[in-house]
Amino acid sequence: MKGPPVLARAVRRGLSPFRGQRAAQLVPQARLSGPMPWVIAIMVALTAIAAAGGLALDNLTDRARVELAGGATVQIMESDSARRAQMVGRATKLLADDGEVAAFRLVPQEELEELLDPWIDLGQETAATVPVPALIDVQLAAGNGEAQVAGLRQRLKQAVPSARVDAQSSWLAPVFSALASLQLLALALVLLLAVTGAAAVWLAARNALGTNRETIEIVHLLGGTDRQIARIFQRSIAFDAVLGGAAGLALGLIAILVLGDRFAALESGMMAGGRLDTLDWLAIAAIPFAGVAIAILTARMTVIAALRRIL
Amino acid sequence: MSGAAREIVSFANVGLRYGTDKEVLSDLSFTLYPGSFYFLTGASGAGKTSLLKLLYLAQRPSRGMIRLFGRDVITMPRTTLPAFRRRIGVVFQDFRLVEHLSTFDNIALPLRVSGVREADLARPVADMLDWVGLGHRADARPATLSGGEQQRVAIARAVIGRPDLLVADEPTGNVDPDMALRLLRLFEALNRLGTTIIVATHDVPLLKKVPSSLIMRLDKGRLSDPTGALRYPPRPASGMQAAE
Repeated sequence: MKGPPVLARAVRRGLSPFRGQRAAQLVPQARLSGPMPWVIAIMVALTAIAAAGGLALDNLTDRARVELAGGATVQIMESDSARRAQMVGRATKLLADDGEVAAFRLVPQEELEELLDPWIDLGQETAATVPVPALIDVQLAAGNGEAQVAGLRQRLKQAVPSARVDAQSSWLAPVFSALASLQLLALALVLLLAVTGAAAVWLAARNALGTNRETIEIVHLLGGTDRQIARIFQRSIAFDAVLGGAAGLALGLIAILVLGDRFAALESGMMAGGRLDTLDWLAIAAIPFAGVAIAILTARMTVIAALRRIL
Repeated sequence: MSGAAREIVSFANVGLRYGTDKEVLSDLSFTLYPGSFYFLTGASGAGKTSLLKLLYLAQRPSRGMIRLFGRDVITMPRTTLPAFRRRIGVVFQDFRLVEHLSTFDNIALPLRVSGVREADLARPVADMLDWVGLGHRADARPATLSGGEQQRVAIARAVIGRPDLLVADEPTGNVDPDMALRLLRLFEALNRLGTTIIVATHDVPLLKKVPSSLIMRLDKGRLSDPTGALRYPPRPASGMQAAE
């Protein structure tokens, strides 16, 4: 019997990578086969919808704030129409001379009656007897809105004591508060889904480790490093996460577009403010990538933690 | 011949226990030198497999000191152990072949783990298959191989990387006497190329087939003579003796 073949001692060359198809072949059951890609798809779809909702609310709030910023309403409440007209005259003169006021508009009486019409049937007689306050829509110059409104209130008080000045944004303060709560809810949902997705990958990775325990031990005893073994699982899990992420993004986008279409059909000015811009779409498109990254990181940490229990 | 640089394995007062049970190995102190051929004998349950596990770094001892290739492996960081494992070939008692891989891929596994390129490993693996007489079974899965063929695949996998130390646990336990002798000749050929061989066996006739070998006998987890540390060149002692 001749001697064994002489192999250059390539095995000493260091801890070179063991990757690719050959490495994946070693633990064929490391794939998150079965329902796992679909679990990831559902997680990504729900995350995309929650993120889209949160971003839309953010846009809606921002646009409403911009529109209302610097806006103020002057109400002149006087039952006597002649005196009210005098007061309106004094007020408009003051506003015209005020450097803090960029523009103002006296809301015409007809427009006011139209606004009240759904609630009060203002016939000709009633219109004469029901004292409707005069309204002046004021746009303040750029600056500190609240301080400007306070200053204007002070100045008008001296000229027209019965005038009442309100910042327009104050009317929507409760709405903004509710929208902020919804945004927080959307953020919490995104975080919760990320944690749930990571937990699902953790369970799947542990299951795959258990299934391939014998092979892993052999590779370990042949000199395989934790990183080499973890890389095999990462590759398999990344493959499933990419599949699931792509499917999830497609499902999420369909849901977002359908919902967007439904809200657009309401033809509400406020809802229109919630439309998503380019950066928002890019952020939503990034969700599957984040999902893949979380899946790979979770798989790596799970596998390495398990391997550390072996010598 | 002395000094840590020349020793390949050194045990000092090594003990091993699993959990809170009593020690399965106690007070083992011996030194193995490069290029030697050792038999590890003892009755079933004497601790042969446990001792081999310590040698191929599958287990840490409960106490004592182990040096491998001149380095203390007890205090060594875990991350450096793989590089040491690559210098040790192991033939497991139950072969431990990867069931879903072919004979070729099983033998190529240590090389792939070591980062040898595909283009560079085809030839040595084919040569190794021929060497163990399994060139015609390269594509076979372990389940379709006989016990002797599986044994030879396990041996080929253990020696393909030309290890400095080869540890074999009952490598002839599943084969007929002719095949046992053939496998032994494979080990001898490898030993002549410089690999230190440790074969655990209770096959007494086998010991006599390698006249130059040294024998280490375990009895209930202890060397039969605690003072008889193995030495090289051969020097018969009560715990270690040259095979006749």
